Amino acid sequence: MRLAILDHGHGVRAKAMFALIRVFSGHPVVDAVKLAFYRPSFYRGGGLTQEAMRGPSDWSVADRELMAAFVSKVNNTAFCIAAHTATSALAYKDGAKVSATLADLETAPLTEPLRSTLRMLGKLTRENNVDADDISTVLAAGVSEHQIKDALAVAFAFNVTDRLADVFDFAVDDSAAIKAGAKYLLARGYR
Amino acid sequence: MSDITSLHNSLVSRILEGEGQASPEIRRAAFDNEGLAEPVRTFVDKVAHGARMVTDADIGTLRKAGLSEDQIYEIVVCAAIGQATRQYQNALAALSAAIGRN
Repeated sequence: MRLAILDHGHGVRAKAMFALIRVFSGHPVVDAVKLAFYRPSFYRGGGLTQEAMRGPSDWSVADRELMAAFVSKVNNTAFCIAAHTATSALAYKDGAKVSATLADLETAPLTEPLRSTLRMLGKLTRENNVDADDISTVLAAGVSEHQIKDALAVAFAFNVTDRLADVFDFAVDDSAAIKAGAKYLLARGYR
Repeated sequence: MSDITSLHNSLVSRILEGEGQASPEIRRAAFDNEGLAEPVRTFVDKVAHGARMVTDADIGTLRKAGLSEDQIYEIVVCAAIGQATRQYQNALAALSAAIGRN
């Protein structure tokens, strides 16, 4: 990581926890976890991400993980693309669906409500703006107002996280560690 | 429906008004991407609009300007959350407008 404090500046309790993670998982501590436990009284974004990704919603956990992967693809953030592609694929039990979505949203085997929502999140992420017409198109595809709000919460969380991952230069883990991380995120979430 | 409203409000007040090593003025300006002096101005704009393009040299420039790692950390967090917040609020306003005319 670009800031040494994010690798080595943690308090005693966080350092002890990292040692346990290394022993019990058999993998190094991923950079996202190091960030989450650095000065938690300042940033501590986990609670918001947990609500967006695992709170009550008409979108499934797999759908929201796909939104996270898709927003990260638009931002071109390697760490988050890898982590949330794996988590979405595991949640859907369908890696091909996730790969197809990231390769070409328009031809991927998705429901129209989800495709339309991802298209809108893509525009928001790329251009920083959407207008009422963009939202009306999503509503007309059968997406509820609540579902749009839920999808925007996911996009918010990952438009923050992607920037932090890019600026702090999170290392992309090896595939075994990514799979272990995906299992953890499905079992335990983001807190 | 999930609800991040209160979590978002407390996150924003924590990073802007909570304890920090960068001044509250700089944190607010980084969040707004407005009113900053160089070299922080260019850096914050890059975090907001081209985070993928940030390099070691960009961080080096901030260090040479006398900023500590914790100050850089806080400025990055404020800039990232500020930009994502503008996107989020823009989209919520578009949603209200779309619902209002239906």
